[in-house]
Amino acid sequence: MWLLVLPFIGLLWVPFYNHPTPELFGFPFFYWYQLAWVPVTSLLLWLAYRRRPR
Amino acid sequence: MSGSIPGANIHWPALIVFVAPFGLVTVMGFVAARWRRPSSMAHLDEWGLGGRQFGTWITWFLVGGDFYTAYTIIAVPALVYAAGAYGFFALPYTIIVYPLVFAIMPRLWEEAKRHGHVTAADVVHGRYRYRPLELAVALTGIIAVMPYIALQLLGIQTVIEAMGLKGEIPLVAAFLILAIYTYSSGLRAPALIAFVKDGLIYVVVLTAVAAIPMRLGGYGAVFHAAGTAFAAKGAGGLLLRPAQMLPFATLALGSAMAAFMYPHTITGIFASSSADTIRKNAILLPAYTVLLGLIALLGYMALAAGVKVANATQVVPALFAMIFPGWFAGFAFAAIAIGALVPAAVMSIGAANLFTRNIWKRYINPGATAAGEAQVAKIVSLAVKLGALLFIVFLPTQYAIDLQLLGGLWILQTFPAVVLGLFTGWFCAPALFLGWAVGIGGGSWVVFADGLKPVHSVMGHGVYVGLLALVVNLAVAALANLVLRGGRETRLETMNSF
Repeated sequence: MWLLVLPFIGLLWVPFYNHPTPELFGFPFFYWYQLAWVPVTSLLLWLAYRRRPR
Repeated sequence: MSGSIPGANIHWPALIVFVAPFGLVTVMGFVAARWRRPSSMAHLDEWGLGGRQFGTWITWFLVGGDFYTAYTIIAVPALVYAAGAYGFFALPYTIIVYPLVFAIMPRLWEEAKRHGHVTAADVVHGRYRYRPLELAVALTGIIAVMPYIALQLLGIQTVIEAMGLKGEIPLVAAFLILAIYTYSSGLRAPALIAFVKDGLIYVVVLTAVAAIPMRLGGYGAVFHAAGTAFAAKGAGGLLLRPAQMLPFATLALGSAMAAFMYPHTITGIFASSSADTIRKNAILLPAYTVLLGLIALLGYMALAAGVKVANATQVVPALFAMIFPGWFAGFAFAAIAIGALVPAAVMSIGAANLFTRNIWKRYINPGATAAGEAQVAKIVSLAVKLGALLFIVFLPTQYAIDLQLLGGLWILQTFPAVVLGLFTGWFCAPALFLGWAVGIGGGSWVVFADGLKPVHSVMGHGVYVGLLALVVNLAVAALANLVLRGGRETRLETMNSF
């Protein structure tokens, strides 16, 4: 479950990503970084789901 | 939009394409009563929770259709159009909400299923047997969700106006359709319509975010043009100003904690067939967040396309009307309007469930039968929607927007009462009640004193008021708990010594 703390750190500490560069497909860093957290969070949730104690 | 001849400004191709999908969902709304038909609809588990049988896919469509509302599609790009990067707090908000859902909601579902609870206030009562806290959670839920329903109707009104229709009659017609099929089919109606809604929205948004930037010279050009527009305006920007970073983060966190405390989201969760369904949905629902991120970018596309509107909420319809042929604009407007019907239905059902279970049955008619409960809930769902309609027709729009802001603050104050008991038995109910009261009272007072602004300055740093109130709420609850429990333990010791 500790994996699930990562999106909070990655997204709530705004100075990590409040930059224009590096750009990706014309998207400033600020935008594609946040969008990239969507699949990463899904993946972390899937890992937490697989590993959860039953 | 200055023509005085009736019908002169109506966009006929758009209107004709708009009416067809709307007719389809109307039929579906009524047919839904027979979908996975129960032996009897006269029970709140059936009318209000769809029989608690929705599996992973139905839940994905229902919760996705319910949480990402039509107002989101209108308001998020509007904020991005006006303020830039700041409007993107919706993105971290709708990402970090899923770890919270994963950690909290399966447990809450299990507690509700075990005891047959229909609402969050039922859960609180079952856990603490303390009427004031149950009433606090129920009233907060009902009052917080009402302006949210009004904003869904505002979403419908915005697209109807964009097609050139004036007056309240089209809105009243859309409302009547919604009210009547919710009355007869309960939660099954929005669950079935959610398939159409989400399908239409995906088609519209994916088309828009592929086609519009192509017309405007690609995403790089869109961002560049938006940046230039902000620089010319002297307000907003593609990045956050240093003073905006803390408001951005606290709005994201506070909104994420509040999101699944609302009656409509809890209703969607409780209607699932198992705790595992909810876990799988926490993994799969972020797909909608990608869509939301793309929808937010429509605000920049509107800037790049040179869309000028009197009111930022018109920016998405205006952009679609400018870029797309009439028939596709009508299709897109239908998607937005149908998108409003799903959450509005679930919201009114959630509010009706709360009123029936935690107010009517507790205080007015404790001997109510299951059939009686379902009947009261159906009537209340009508009353709630009618209230929202009157609100939009007769009061300034800004009231609904301000109240929805306050609603977020209020619903967030129920978080400790609903969630903490899942993880610890330490808090006693009177302490949680006191924390709730101080959080609601103090938070509302600060918002009014600041002139209805969501962000309050604490020692020079802007923080989302809802989150601030939650911190005070938790501190008061912890302190009161120490005092009250301390007292009780002393009493027990005295008793044991005899």
